[in-house]
Parts: sequence; C-alpha cells; structure tokens
Amino acid sequence: MSLAFDLALCAFILGAAALAVAGRNLFGSVVFYIVYGVLIALAWLSLGAVDVALAEAAIGAGVTGVLLIGAWQGMKEAGALEDSQAPPWPVRLWAALGAALTGGLVITAIIALPGQDGLTRTVADEQGALALGNPVTAVLLGFRAYDTLLETLVLSAALAAVWSLSPERVWGGIPGPKHVSRPDGVMASFGRLLPPLGLLVGVYLVWAGADQPGGAFQAGTVLAAVWILIVLSGLRDEPRVSSLPLRAVIIAGPAVFLGAGLAGALAGQALGYPPGYARTAILIIEYALTVSIAATLALLIAGPARRLS
Amino acid sequence: MNLLFALAGAPLAFLLASLIAGRHGARLIWIAAPVITALAFWLALETHARPQGGALGGWMPPLGIALEADGLGAVLLLTCALTASVTGLFALGRYGGARPESARRYTFWPLFYGLWAGMNAVLVSRDLFNLYVAIELLSICAVALAAFGSRQAAVNYMMIALAGSLAYLLGAVLIYAALGTLDMSLIAQRAPEARASVLIAAALITGGLMAKTALFPLHGWLPPAHGAAPTAVSALLSALVVKASFVILARVWFEGLPGLAGAGVITAFGVLGAAAIVYGSVLAITQTGLKALIAYSTVAQLGYLFLVFPLAGGGESATPWTAGAWGAMGFHLSAHMLAKAGLFLAAGLMIYGAGGGRIADLTGLARAMPVTSLAFGLCAVSLMGLPPSGGFMAKYLMLIAALASGQWHYALVILAGGLMAAAYLFKPLARLFAGTGTPAIRALPHRSMALAPLVLGAAAIALGLLSAEPYALMVSGLPEAGEAGLEEAEP
Repeated sequence: MSLAFDLALCAFILGAAALAVAGRNLFGSVVFYIVYGVLIALAWLSLGAVDVALAEAAIGAGVTGVLLIGAWQGMKEAGALEDSQAPPWPVRLWAALGAALTGGLVITAIIALPGQDGLTRTVADEQGALALGNPVTAVLLGFRAYDTLLETLVLSAALAAVWSLSPERVWGGIPGPKHVSRPDGVMASFGRLLPPLGLLVGVYLVWAGADQPGGAFQAGTVLAAVWILIVLSGLRDEPRVSSLPLRAVIIAGPAVFLGAGLAGALAGQALGYPPGYARTAILIIEYALTVSIAATLALLIAGPARRLS
Repeated sequence: MNLLFALAGAPLAFLLASLIAGRHGARLIWIAAPVITALAFWLALETHARPQGGALGGWMPPLGIALEADGLGAVLLLTCALTASVTGLFALGRYGGARPESARRYTFWPLFYGLWAGMNAVLVSRDLFNLYVAIELLSICAVALAAFGSRQAAVNYMMIALAGSLAYLLGAVLIYAALGTLDMSLIAQRAPEARASVLIAAALITGGLMAKTALFPLHGWLPPAHGAAPTAVSALLSALVVKASFVILARVWFEGLPGLAGAGVITAFGVLGAAAIVYGSVLAITQTGLKALIAYSTVAQLGYLFLVFPLAGGGESATPWTAGAWGAMGFHLSAHMLAKAGLFLAAGLMIYGAGGGRIADLTGLARAMPVTSLAFGLCAVSLMGLPPSGGFMAKYLMLIAALASGQWHYALVILAGGLMAAAYLFKPLARLFAGTGTPAIRALPHRSMALAPLVLGAAAIALGLLSAEPYALMVSGLPEAGEAGLEEAEP
C-alpha cells in the first residue's frame, strides 16, 4: 500500500496508544485500546501478514476488548471506579523513566540489527513435505508444532485458573450473569441474524486454513464470538461448568494433538507425522482444536461459576 | 528426544485427564507420580552414557525445535519429579478423598500438572520461544495456585510475572530478528555477528527472568505469595517455580551467549546475589511467622544461585573451578528443591497441629509431632549447609570455587549466609524442643502425611551422602578443560 496510507496508519496507531494510556476515563481507555487493536490488525494486513492480522483482530481487539469491558463493568458494580486515584507522581515518574529506558534500548537494538530475512525461504522450501499451502499452518502445526501444543494446553490451564476463582457455594454452576433481551429488540435480532454468518466464517477459516490464511485459533475465536452473541441475546444460557460433555469438548482438541505427539514418540519420532499422511493428520488436529479453542475461549470470557440456575 | 518429549507430555496428559475425571481426578497422582518419576529416572540413566536430545518431528533448528537434556537437566528433572510427586501425594490430604467435587479440589489438579509440565518443558528446551511458552504455562498455573492463599498477593505476583514475560519475549524477538534463530546452540555460533542488538536483547531477557526468579531487589512479590499460599502450593512455588526462570537465565548466558557477558554483567549478578543472601537472611531472622520465615529464606537461598556467574567465570573460558561452580549450582538447585518443599510441608503440618502460624505457637511440638519435627530438622540441616547434605555439597563446592578463583569476598558471603541460615532456622527448631510438657494437637487429616516431608528431608540428606553420582552427571556436559580441574575440587 502507499506510503501516505502507512504514515497515516502509524500516526493513528500512536495516537490510539497514547489516548489509551493517558486517558483519565477508564472506559475511554478501553475503547481506545480496542481501536488500537484494530489499527494494529490493519498494519499487519499492510505488511502482508494476513494470518497475524486475523489473529490480532480476533484476539487482540475482540476477545481482549470483551474481557476489558467485562472487567470495567465488574469494577463499576463493585464501586471501584469512583475511588480509583491516579498513582502519586514519583510512581508515574519511575514508570515513565522505565518505559523510556526500555523503549530507547529497543530502538537502539533495532537500529543496530543486521539485515536478514529470517526463515521465510526455508519454510517455503520445506512446507511441501507437509503438503500444506499456508506457510503459517506449516509452521504452527508442523515445524513448530510443539509450541502450538503447549499453547493449546496453556488455554486449558487458564480455564482451570479462571474456574478456581469460583465461590465454593456455586461450584458446578453457571458462569456469567443471566442475560435477557426483548424478543423484538436489537440484541435479539442480532442474536438470530449474525450467528449463522459467524458460523459460516468460522468454518471457512478452519477449512481454508491449510492452504490460505486462517486456522484453528482464528476460527475458534469467531465461533466463540458466535456463542457469546447467542448468550448475550438471551437465546441460550451458558452451560454448567460441571457438565461432562462440556469438559469433553474442552479437552478433545488438546487430547488429539498430544495423543498424536505421544503416538509419534512411541513410533520413534515425537510430534512427527507418518510420511504421506501429514496433511490428513494436521487437518484432523486443526478441526479438533477449533472446537476446543472455541469452547475454551467462550468459557474464559464467561468467567468463573457465579450462580446455580 | 522421544523420552524428553514424553517427560513434558506426560504431565500434560494428566492435566487433561484431571480436567475430565472430576472428583476422581485426585487419584490420578497415584499413577502420575510413579510414571513421571520413572521416566525421569530412565532419562538420568540414559544421560549417564551421553547427553540426550534431538529435533522434534525431524525438523532441525533453526526451522524446528530441538530438545536437549544434559546431565544437569537430567538431575533437575529427577529432583523435580521427586519433589512434585511427594507434594502431590501430600496434597491428597486436602484436595483428595471421596468428597464431592469443589472448585479447589477440582482445579488444584490440572493446575498442579500444568505446573509440573511447565517445569519439565523448561528443563528440556533450548529454544527461546519455546521456553517462553513453557514458562507462561508455568506462570499461569503458579499464579492461580498462589491465589488459593491470597488474591492480593497473587495479583502482585501476576503483574511481576507478566512484566517479566513481556521483557523476556521482547528480548527473544530481538534475538530472532538479529540472528534468524531461536536455538541456543545456533545463537552461540551467530551471536558475534550482531553483538550490540544481542546484548540489548540479553539485557531485556535477564531483567525479565530476574523478576520471575525474585532476585533482590525484585523479590518483593515472593514472601506474601509464598507465605500466604496453602501448604502444598507454598512448597511447589518455593521449591520449583522460581528455579525454572533461573535455569533459563543460566542457559542463556552460559550456553546461548558464552563469552558475551562482560566483567560488569558478571559482577552485577554476583553483587545482587550477595545482597539477596544478606537481605533475605536478615529479614528471615526478624520474622515471627513460620511460613514468612521460610519464604524469606527462599529469597536468601536464591541469591546463592547468582554467585555461580562470577564463580564460573561467565562461561567465557573453562577454568579449573568452572566444573566446581557448575556442580555447586546443580547441587544448590536440587538440594533447595527438596529441602524447601520439605520445610514448607513440615511447617504446614505443624501449623495445622498447633493451630497457629507464629513461631511461638510451636513450643514443645517436637514431643507431640516427632516425625514432622525430624523432617523439619533434616531439611534445616540441608538449608544451613551442614554435612552430610546436598546443601553442604553446594556450599562446599561454592567455597572451593570462590577460593580457587581468588574471589575470597564471595567466600565470606557464603560463610555468612550459612551462619545466618543457622540463626533463622534455629529459632523455630529451638521452639520445637522448648518447655517440658507435650502440647495437645489437632489430629492430622491423614497420619501418613508426616511421611512426605520426611521423605524430602531424607532425600536432601542423601544427595550429600551419595554425592559422587549426581556430581559426575551434573558436570558431564562441560568442556574438558573445566572438567579436568574437578578432581582437585572434589572433597
């Protein structure tokens, strides 16, 4: 894209970041943070990294934005917004100095970088062995599958961490507040109109992910958003955290992935795929992961159990 | 390589199994403990012949990820397995049983296995980004477990852990941008090509990992988080979690960037380590609460680890005392894992029995809880560095290395630290035997719980009695020039 567009984008990104950090109003900061996430996604798009752009928009702006708004709502209900005071100036001075020092160091390091273009060529040369068209999927599920495996289990562990905050008297119950909306209201119409579209996009993202931008994480986020919309519009309630089918869905993807890795270890090559079947194995793992990631993200946003019915 | 993957994968499998097993999840520890310990033991036997490792999926670095276990890694994996197994079995008393599922009895187990998996993954990895993912898994589980005790302390811990992770990640990204690889052995080859950028990246990585290791003066989050947590959690946090970030730090400087640490960096590590020993010990002496005392002792003991940098010469050249310093680090890491976990478990039982957490509440408890008190004593012996114990071996080797390299000021700090450890541990020990009567105590949930700290204390002592094998294993990966001088250093 043109230089003018890139420069304007950079200016907007810096502006949104400054407003998110310097704003006195917490809700305003959250909004600018979400704007910042969308702009960063645009920047990735401008750099030609479509997969990163999708992930940034879905997770950086979308999921994080929902979580931040939820946190803001919680603070408001707890009355924590009124008595929040800006930290005293020595603290702010130290924070500014620390940030300036880190920023200065990073800029110095970047200026001193020798020019080299990473592993793009190597990935392009080797991804044929996995019969995948999308280099990002080849890295995530092939060359560096171990990182991705650990990351999916980080999500499972994070869910356990969130659940551990449930009050004991409502354990096993339903996360999040109960949502009701007027049957003819905007929310209810959204809840009926958007989910089929979202479902289509989600399924497309994982289906296309093998050869084009997309993949389990992006698709899972979109599917989670579909579910959240359905809950917000009051059409369905969240499931109980004690539900066995729910728990089975959560562990299914990581279990398939880990099982494939351990089976490979028994066969002599941990996290290796049988020759000729790499693409099939990776697709099965991707599909299983999509379902589990969608469920886990939706539950992470819903939070700990809060009520019994 | 397959064995190394299995060591990280097995706890992950138990994480998933405990998520689905509901109230039966606690019983999985009866399978997990022997299986993972056996895997770690097998690895130690294999590593004895030669270091183990290989590329996952057959994809060599820089494209893929290689796992590697040297002798030090194998010893630490085994010690970690032993500590986690015993602590996990101990935790059955609180988070086990046939009672209906509850939030904590359910979520403790996936978090416990996630923590264990994170430890193992850190110990077998040599890839900067993979280490980041591993330590994130570890941190999430550790913070959530710390929140079982005090939410406020856990939030502070999370802030520090996240800031540390971000600094580390920034450094890892810079190194990749500069060198086009994340693998430590390749980094070691290519680092001189982009010295300035790599040094800045190393500074960010070091700052982040120091915060996660709670090195003085970034230790403020540790005592509240470790002191307020439930017994089994305190043991896991203090014995295992803080060691992971230190191991990464040592690997980055000694294996990834050997020779890049200038005298200034090495001295800074040494000074901060010495300050941590003195400051942590002084604060431990002034504590009136038993668990707070043990938590400050961790701040002090972590300081010793950083003395390895000046004692081993920053990995630049293999001096005759390098092996001694390297072995001292290995002994200190493993002995502190065992002794600190044992100390926290014993303290938890004594606090439960006595019904109070102040040192004054322990009066005469040795007569009512002899096994627990014996365990406390054994662990204390190793922490003070008295023979024959793993802690003694660590401090002895450090002293030898300090004197051999002419850095007598560190020898003074090591001796002073041992004396101060004796001072703060003698306070609760003296209380245990004070008075003449036998205090009435609350019966433990399960009689055999007292065996857990006893096993850990005995293991910490055994590490000193049978020190030859672990020592040979720990220094097996060092260059020959460093190994040659070891006969002189060996007692």
